[in-house]
Amino acid sequence: MELHSAGENALILYLGKETSPTVSARVQAAAAAIEQALGVDLVDLVPSYASLLIIYNALTTDHMAVAATVRDCIADLSADDEADGNTVVLPVYYHPEVGEDLEALAAAAGMSTDDVIAIHSGTEYRVYAIGFAPGFAYLGQVDERIAAPRQSTPRLKVPRGAVAIADRQTAVYPAQSPGGWNLIGRCPQRMFDPKATPTMPVSVGDKVRFEAIDRDRFLALGGEL
Amino acid sequence: MSVKVIQPGLLSLLQDGGRLGQHRIGLTNGGPLDPEAFHTCNRLLQNPEGSTAIEVSFGGLQLEAQVDTFICLTGAIMTLRINQQEQPRWEVLPVTAGDSIHIEFAEQGCRGYLGIAGGFDVEPSFTSTATVMREGIGGLNGDKLAAGDVLPCPAGEIRQRLYLEEHLQPKYEDITTVRVIPGYQQKHFNRYQQRRFFSHGYTVSDRCDRMGYRLEGPAIECDIEGILSEGICFGAIQIPADGQPIVLLNDRQTIGGYPKIGAALSLDCARLAQLRPGGQVHFAPITQHAAHNALHLANSFQQRLTFKERRA
Repeated sequence: MELHSAGENALILYLGKETSPTVSARVQAAAAAIEQALGVDLVDLVPSYASLLIIYNALTTDHMAVAATVRDCIADLSADDEADGNTVVLPVYYHPEVGEDLEALAAAAGMSTDDVIAIHSGTEYRVYAIGFAPGFAYLGQVDERIAAPRQSTPRLKVPRGAVAIADRQTAVYPAQSPGGWNLIGRCPQRMFDPKATPTMPVSVGDKVRFEAIDRDRFLALGGEL
Repeated sequence: MSVKVIQPGLLSLLQDGGRLGQHRIGLTNGGPLDPEAFHTCNRLLQNPEGSTAIEVSFGGLQLEAQVDTFICLTGAIMTLRINQQEQPRWEVLPVTAGDSIHIEFAEQGCRGYLGIAGGFDVEPSFTSTATVMREGIGGLNGDKLAAGDVLPCPAGEIRQRLYLEEHLQPKYEDITTVRVIPGYQQKHFNRYQQRRFFSHGYTVSDRCDRMGYRLEGPAIECDIEGILSEGICFGAIQIPADGQPIVLLNDRQTIGGYPKIGAALSLDCARLAQLRPGGQVHFAPITQHAAHNALHLANSFQQRLTFKERRA
């Protein structure tokens, strides 16, 4: 474990160096323990792959007190804390009509598009982090056989619901935005709805499975082409 | 009761104290780029802390009052006119229904705060009215003010005509020193690179906005190409591949993968955000302990700040 200053009112805690479910579970457990221990002195937490950014109120506490609390919390973490989150199933219409890069990605991987779909939807992913944009969940790890680097020129408009792969990560775009990930399909489920409760179907630590659906089902579920 | 937008200017945004505690769903802070000027505006108006005001970037805002109320303009030096008559800044001023309020383009600094008695009455989203355009959240509809917008506000509020004496008003210049707490991936920047960063001046680039201020100057090298994406705090100074620092501000994304040489003190970020493209920035290292003291001193200074009252 490493703990560093990240600013006048923030510390960053590193619980590992790589992307793994074990490290991610430790980040989750640490977040829960630190949230409890800091109480009202805590302003916000940003869990990510292997780190946890801890933002505190610098007028009610200080970095030394927060660092001491964080160290105590980490010392008390046990394997029992590494509980799994919920499993969320997200429907995906995989087709070149909505996944402009599906065929190129399959060709680069030396397999059929059906194989790519079978591999992508046959893997259980972990929500490692949420950020970049509201509701954007970083999911990993994508099977190495279908991992693909980002596009050299990002698209100016990736539509809402786009299901995409970048390296060994996959994600569903919560809103239309620019993006350089490889598009393989589209999900009719909204990933961020400010008016819904909860606003997002997933949170960090949850598991996600993708389920292949056909065009009719996609449209019936409210998907937009 | 309301105020109507006649001309929105370059960038006018409704802001409150900012959106806190929502990073876990990917929402950033928003809020005023210059909190000192924003808070003083509300204090002069005897409003609750964090009442919604308009952050006017660069100026050019024209409004029409549709209610009898009181307003106050703080921050950057922008000429304020009510019915063509020039009015003092940092002072609570009465307006009556039908009055035109005009904030001209900034002569010095670039962020002004126009507050109103009782604050603008806007429905918060995720606990805050702060507008973050990139996320389409806050304000009237997640966007900057546009001609024809109607900004609801309370009626019948009576206010003392408080003002801040001129010698206590902040001075806005074209050069500023930003204190930086080293940390984060500091070890990936060798001593030579750190010395380079702290001993040269940087210029504010054209690409400076509420997400971050991009600076131009001697390139800083880092011995890692990228890092595993991690949370980014306010003021974090990212060094992308081109070596040109970016100071991340209120509308930054919550997670990123560039190495960071340190984080700027919020008090100095407020001054940085008053710089226009071409402004000069110097960085000075500060310990976390000294930063803590600086924050407490500034807070204490704010609390002891007293206003005078204009009497007819």
